[in-house]
Amino acid sequence: MAEKTTTKKKTRAPATRKTSVKKKEKKKFDVSFYHAWCKACGICMAFCPQKIIKADKNGKPEILGMDKCVGCRFCEIHCPDFAITVSDRKPKRRQNDV
Amino acid sequence: MPIPAQALRHKYLRHNKKFPHVWCPGCGNGIVMGALLRAIYRLDIDQDDIVLASGIGCSGRMPTYLDFNTLHTTHGRALTFATGVKLARPELNVVAIMGDGDATAIGGNHFIHAARRNLNLTAIIINNSIYGMTGGQYSPTTPFGSKSTTSVYGHIEHAFSIAELAVTAGASFVARATVYHADLVDRLIEQAIKKRGFAVVEVISNCHVQYGRRNKLGGAVDMLKSFKEQAVTVSRAEKMKPEELEGKTTIGVLADRDLPISTEEYKKVRSQARATKERV
Repeated sequence: MAEKTTTKKKTRAPATRKTSVKKKEKKKFDVSFYHAWCKACGICMAFCPQKIIKADKNGKPEILGMDKCVGCRFCEIHCPDFAITVSDRKPKRRQNDV
Repeated sequence: MPIPAQALRHKYLRHNKKFPHVWCPGCGNGIVMGALLRAIYRLDIDQDDIVLASGIGCSGRMPTYLDFNTLHTTHGRALTFATGVKLARPELNVVAIMGDGDATAIGGNHFIHAARRNLNLTAIIINNSIYGMTGGQYSPTTPFGSKSTTSVYGHIEHAFSIAELAVTAGASFVARATVYHADLVDRLIEQAIKKRGFAVVEVISNCHVQYGRRNKLGGAVDMLKSFKEQAVTVSRAEKMKPEELEGKTTIGVLADRDLPISTEEYKKVRSQARATKERV
């Protein structure tokens, strides 16, 4: 058992180091859209200061270039339908994390 | 510290209601609802200690979605019911949510007298310059010359300024903001709920479906942009000339004063009356 845990740690260590280095450069955010509640009014797309929210083929928002987000939360507080969540980006815990 | 949006949704929205809500895409009512929830979250008031009363209209749908003690009342009577609740249970925080027609036309008399009486209530008035739900008839806040279904050639009457009316009628706290300044809206609502006395927050909102479309003001995005351009803060407006202020809306706190509150005065009268009765 003890051997297994040590090997796991060894494999994980470089990945966490990389993310911690990135985090120091700039704080990053994640924006998620709940498309079931979205009515495609376009407020988030029009007022995004970084212009990274674009319409997909249904007119609903999607993000192109998530790393550019400055976390102003304008989209979150101006969404009339409570369909946007802005959160601080957390380091990935598994390799296949979305 | 930003407020987690997920927590607001899980805590304050009614889970047995069908979402998304009934309002049109981009409607300001949703933005005001979010601001109200953030204000309540910041104040950290228990859900059972808040009463929301609303009248009829698009804005009247708001309390049905929110998990507080809620009242959906008859047209224009949100403040009347709120007054009743406040008199019966003075320890509760009572918030009346009204539209512009609801507050100034059908409930106009209730509104000015609630302000004069100075009960410890909060009134949030969402002003979208038109009767949206009934089909776009002109309301008391429809600007001169603008079009609606009942003023096809342009409106011939002048508009009410709700906030200034409330100041004159004697409300303790009067503030105005637009839905573009959503952050300001929730700070003003927070102050208004905290304030002891009648507090009015007028929120200029967009009705791009009924009002914007007929007056060629564009969609929700264009109307929000125009709010951004029209808005002038109170401190800046003081330095500007009256000619410059034409077509602008002043935002911020317009009046904040301490006046005797009706419920407390009533308590004093009761104790006085009891004392005299005992003597007799």
